Amino acid sequence: MIGKKRKSLNVSELSPTSKFFVYGILVLIALVWTIPTLGLLITSIRLPDDASNSGWWTVFTGNTNFTLQNYVAVLGTGGGEASNTAGTINLNQAIVNTIIMAVPSTVIPIFLAAIAAYAFAWMTFPGRKILFMILVALLVVPLQMSLIPILRDYRVLGLNGTFLGVWLANTGFGLPLATYLLYNYIVTLPREVFESAVIDGASHPVMFTKLVVPLSVPAFASFAIFQFLWVWNGVLIPLVFLGDKQNVTVLPQRILNMIGIYGANWTLLTAGAFVSMAIPMAVFIGFQRYFVRGMLAGSVKG
Amino acid sequence: MVKANSSPVAPSKTPVMLGLIAALVVTLFVYYQVFLFLREGTANPWIIFIVSLLWGIGGIWLLFVLVTSIVDLLPGKYRQGIMPWVFATPALALVFYYLLIPTFRTFWLSLLDSDSIKFVGLQNYVYAFTSPAMLESFKNNLIWIIFGGGLSVVLGLLIAALSDRTRPSFEVSVKTLVFLPMAISMVGAAVIWKLVYQYAPAGANQIGLLNSIGGVFGADPVAFMIARGINTYLLVVILIWMQTGFALVVFAAAIKGLPSELLEAARIDGATELESFFKITIPYIQVTIISVTTTIVISTLKVFDIVFGMTGGNFGTQVIANEQYTQMFRSFNYGRGAAVAIVLLIAVLPVVYFNVRDFGKEAKGF
Repeated sequence: MIGKKRKSLNVSELSPTSKFFVYGILVLIALVWTIPTLGLLITSIRLPDDASNSGWWTVFTGNTNFTLQNYVAVLGTGGGEASNTAGTINLNQAIVNTIIMAVPSTVIPIFLAAIAAYAFAWMTFPGRKILFMILVALLVVPLQMSLIPILRDYRVLGLNGTFLGVWLANTGFGLPLATYLLYNYIVTLPREVFESAVIDGASHPVMFTKLVVPLSVPAFASFAIFQFLWVWNGVLIPLVFLGDKQNVTVLPQRILNMIGIYGANWTLLTAGAFVSMAIPMAVFIGFQRYFVRGMLAGSVKG
Repeated sequence: MVKANSSPVAPSKTPVMLGLIAALVVTLFVYYQVFLFLREGTANPWIIFIVSLLWGIGGIWLLFVLVTSIVDLLPGKYRQGIMPWVFATPALALVFYYLLIPTFRTFWLSLLDSDSIKFVGLQNYVYAFTSPAMLESFKNNLIWIIFGGGLSVVLGLLIAALSDRTRPSFEVSVKTLVFLPMAISMVGAAVIWKLVYQYAPAGANQIGLLNSIGGVFGADPVAFMIARGINTYLLVVILIWMQTGFALVVFAAAIKGLPSELLEAARIDGATELESFFKITIPYIQVTIISVTTTIVISTLKVFDIVFGMTGGNFGTQVIANEQYTQMFRSFNYGRGAAVAIVLLIAVLPVVYFNVRDFGKEAKGF
C-alpha cells in the first residue's frame, strides 16, 4: 500500500512465540475493527422480524433467511410490504442530491487552489509570505466560526437552501487544505524545468498550463479524494446551508432523520446507512493510493 | 498628462487588448447570468449539475485565460506586478470571505444579544464559560481529546510497529481493514455502533453485540446510551475506531523510513525489541507523532456528528460543537452560539501559532 518495504527486518527474525503473539494481536485487532461493519451489512439483508428478535450473528448458526427487500424499500424502487411500512424513504433522490452536492464541491476548488499554489511557490509578490501564513493558520480554524455570518449573508443573497451556496461554502472551507497540499507538491517540482522555460520566453500562464498542470495530476487526485469524502460524509454544512427541504436533502441528513423515525426498524436503518456508505467506500478503496499520498503530504511535514 | 507613446499598452496591441476586454465583459455577464440561474435552482437537478460543472471549471478557466492574456499584453513592470495577483486572488478572496472575515464577524456577534441587535459586552462569554451545559461540554471534550485522541495515536503506533514485522500481504490486509472506517461518514458510523450498543430489557433477546457478550458473562443488560458516566466513553470508542487508521497509515510510512542500520546497530549492542522501539523508533518518528497527534486533537475537538447522531448531546454527553449548533439552530441565540464558536477558536490558537512558526522554509519565485 505505501512506500518501499525495508528488506532487513522481517518476521523470520522473530522467535516463534513472538511471531504467534504479533500475528495473534493483529488478527484480533482486525476482527474488532471489522465486526461492527459486518453486523450492519448482515442486518441490512435480514428479514425485519428476524433482525428485531435475534442478533445478526445468529445467521452463522442457521438463521439464514436473507432478503434484498430492505434495499428495495429504502431506494423506493419497488412495491411490496416493506416499502408500504417504510412510507416514502426514497433515498434515490438523496443519492442524486449528494452527487450533485459533492462533485462540483470537489472539482471547483482544485483549479483555484492550483493557480494560488503556483503563485505562492513560483512567483514573487509583496505579502506573499504573510498571506501564505494566513492560509496555513486557517487550516485549523473550525468552520463553526463561519456558520452564523455566512448563513446571514446567504439569507440576504438568496443562497440559503441552494446547491450553489453549498458548493461555494465547501470550496471556501476546502481551499486552505487544497492550496496547502498543492503548494507542498508544486514547490518540489524541479527548478531547472522552470528556468529553462523562462529562458525560452514562457510566461507564467504558459508555464502553469503546460508544465505544472500535467505534472500535478497525482496531487490533484489526492486532494480530490480528500475533499470528496469530506463533502460526501459531512452533515454539518448541509444541515446549516441546505436545510431540510426534501428536494435538496443529502444522504447523511436522511440517515440522521431515519435514526429518529425508524430507530427501531433495524433492517431499513442499516440498509439506508449502507447505501450512504457504498459510494465513498468504493472511491476510497479504488483510490487508496492517492488518498494515502495526500495524507502523508499533509501531515508528515518534512 | 501622460504622452500617448508612454501609455501602458503599445499601439499595435491596442485592438487585441480591446477585443480581449470586450470578451471579458461578455464572459463576466454570462457568468453572472449562470450564477443567477444556479441560485434559482428550479431546473432539472441534472441540468443544474452539468451547468455547475461547466460554470465552475470551464467558466473559471475562461476567465483565467482572458485575464492573463490581457495582463500579458501589459509592459513588463505592470505584468510582473499584476500577474501574481491574477493567480492568487480568487482563492484568497474565497478563503478570506468564508473563513478569515467570519472569524472577526463572529467575534463581534458574540458581543451582541441573541438577535444581534443590542450590545451586551461579555455576557455571552459568562454563559460560554460558566453555564452547566458548557461546563459539561468542557469536561466531555477533555475526555474526547485525552481518551479518544490518545488511544487513536497509541493504537495506531502499536499496530504500525507490529504490522511492520509481518508478511507484506498480511500487513496490507490489516492496514486496509483498520483504515476503512475513514471512508465511512460519522452518521453511518453512528448507525453501525447503535447496533453494537443496542439495548433490550432483561429477559428479551439482546440484538446488540455488547449486551449480548455481557449476557454470556452473566451481566445484566445496560442501556448504554443513557448510562451517564460511561456513555461518553462509548461514543469516544466510535471516534477511535474511525481515526486509528489515519494514525496507523502515517506511522507505518514513517517507520518504513527508519534506516535499518540504526536498528541493526542496536541489535548488535544487545538491545531488546522493546528497547529499540522506545529508544530508536519513537525518537526517530517523534515529529510525525507530534503532527499526527495535533491533527487528531483538532478533529476531536470539533467532534459533532457522532454526538448529534447518537444522543443529540443529551444524558450528559454534550460537547462544544454540538452546544454551538444547539444555541444556533434550536435556541436561535446567535450571541451565545458565536461565543461558543470563539471558545473553539481559542482552543486551536496554540496550534495556529505553532503551524505558522514552523512555516519557515521559503522557495524563491521568478
